[in-house]
Amino acid sequence: MAKSGIRNGDKKERLTFHLMLLPGMIILFIFVFIPLVGSLMAFQDYVPAKGLFGSEWVGLENFKIIFSFPDSVQVFWNTLIIALGKLVMNIIVPVLFSILLNELGGKFFKRTFQTIVYLPHFLSWVVLATVVTNMFSLEGPINAFLGFFGIDAVQFLADNQWFRTVIIGTDVWKEFGYNSVIYLAALLAIDPGLYEAASIDGANRFKQIINITIPALLPTVVLMTALNLGNILNAGFDQVFNLYNPIVYETGDIIDTYVYRIGMVEGQYSIGAAVGLFKSVISFILILSANKIAKKTTGSSIF
Amino acid sequence: MVKRDSIQSKIYKSLIWIIVLLMTLSCLLPLLNMIAISLSSSNEVSSNKVGLLPVDLTFTTYEKLFKDTQFWASFWISVCRVVLGTALNMFFVISMAYPLSKSKYRFPAREIYIKIVIFAMLFSGGIIPLFMVVSKLKMINTIWALVLPGAVPVFNVILLINFFKGVPDSLDEAARIDGASTLEILLKIYLPVSLPALATVGLFSIVNHWNDYFSGLLYMNKASLYPLQTYIQQLTVDITQVTDVEQLKQLATLSNRSFNATKIVVSTIPLLIIYPFLQKYFVSGIVIGAVKE
Repeated sequence: MAKSGIRNGDKKERLTFHLMLLPGMIILFIFVFIPLVGSLMAFQDYVPAKGLFGSEWVGLENFKIIFSFPDSVQVFWNTLIIALGKLVMNIIVPVLFSILLNELGGKFFKRTFQTIVYLPHFLSWVVLATVVTNMFSLEGPINAFLGFFGIDAVQFLADNQWFRTVIIGTDVWKEFGYNSVIYLAALLAIDPGLYEAASIDGANRFKQIINITIPALLPTVVLMTALNLGNILNAGFDQVFNLYNPIVYETGDIIDTYVYRIGMVEGQYSIGAAVGLFKSVISFILILSANKIAKKTTGSSIF
Repeated sequence: MVKRDSIQSKIYKSLIWIIVLLMTLSCLLPLLNMIAISLSSSNEVSSNKVGLLPVDLTFTTYEKLFKDTQFWASFWISVCRVVLGTALNMFFVISMAYPLSKSKYRFPAREIYIKIVIFAMLFSGGIIPLFMVVSKLKMINTIWALVLPGAVPVFNVILLINFFKGVPDSLDEAARIDGASTLEILLKIYLPVSLPALATVGLFSIVNHWNDYFSGLLYMNKASLYPLQTYIQQLTVDITQVTDVEQLKQLATLSNRSFNATKIVVSTIPLLIIYPFLQKYFVSGIVIGAVKE
């Protein structure tokens, strides 16, 4: 009786479900799937007045043009170097921070520290770019500190030797607190009995970290690395866009900022779309493989 | 033996304290410096005398800001887009996550829908085709350009699907036997027990909409229509146009740093107001997010 009641309800329920999904699907269709079709303009000499169907098809011509630009090859390497630097440092620093924070006694201080280090994550790069520019300016605090040791002032944001380091460093600075959340959660899951047994055996805190804490964090580290691999071509548009200038294009220009300048500012839509498409395809392959790696090594994945 | 151990562990403890304290201060001090700059007189700021406390305390930049009509117009645009954008985000997240949290036996079409959603998460046509679509729809210079393209936050949909899956089926079944409709079950059972997850998703939406400058830059042709972050971004854009180091030095001395700092401080206040709530929920949000589809 109850069972048939549910059965009867099913058809109506399924219809409701379809109706609930409809608005969202329309949004995705318009703003994700149509632009995807639109990215075919990468194979065209796109002229806005003629539209996607009227513009001339040129095959892989745009891609040939891109790879013949020395700029675009440089941009690809810049992206890879910056993203790789961020990937590595955004794991090492949060892991270290969470281990150290975990060693502190006293709930009050722990909480206060956490409250402060999470904050930069929620501020925009527009705001933080001003903060960073201020800190790294020629007469700013960092140069003043270096001057204390007799080091000459460096124009960090206009120096090709330093720009990538500053980009990676300030990104780690913004995100290390937030990124440490997942490691702190993993640390909470460690059985306190392990530490007790170790200290009875005469292991000091440092040895306990090496032999208990770090091995316990390893699966999370592997998972996060694998998942972040899919982002290897996302070097952080918002950050670079708000901090770079033509002096440091050589080392700091990344794929996304390049696409924006070529496509939106200079109006070379097809070239810009081609660079974007190239990036999407590589990212897609990377995300799929990263997901596979994560599934194999840790048993969890994003999808 | 015991004594040596305790000295060693004292050194070890204080070393850890120092490192953690330095890392924490590195997050706090640059922000305090901005506040101090906003409260100091321009002369002291341009001669770099301002540290963590205001030098020659003055509120002139704040008075000036009160009369800055463009700042408040942009502030208002941002408030509107946060309200509208977050409402849309919540509507789509809930209306999509609920059906997709059901098993494929109860809702066979789920499998196709979920593939579409994941596809949408992985692929994007990039900004240029998206811009074309938005401009074809005549949304340029309207608030819809700021809220509709990102109205379905796919990642949050998946987060909420995972949360809904954790709600015991027995609650749902009991209500159905009592004759409650699908919508009633969602509104009266699922939403109340999912408040932490909904708060996480909602707060993230608020922060994202408040912080976004790029869609304003892309879709608004007139500076008078810029949301707040785009307006602030344009203040600092001078730096990104510089082509040599001399120019950069000149800009640093010419630009009104304490007035810009004031704008930045005021634009951050709304975030600081919701920050305690954010902190309460986002940790649990990350943990839910870690439970995978």
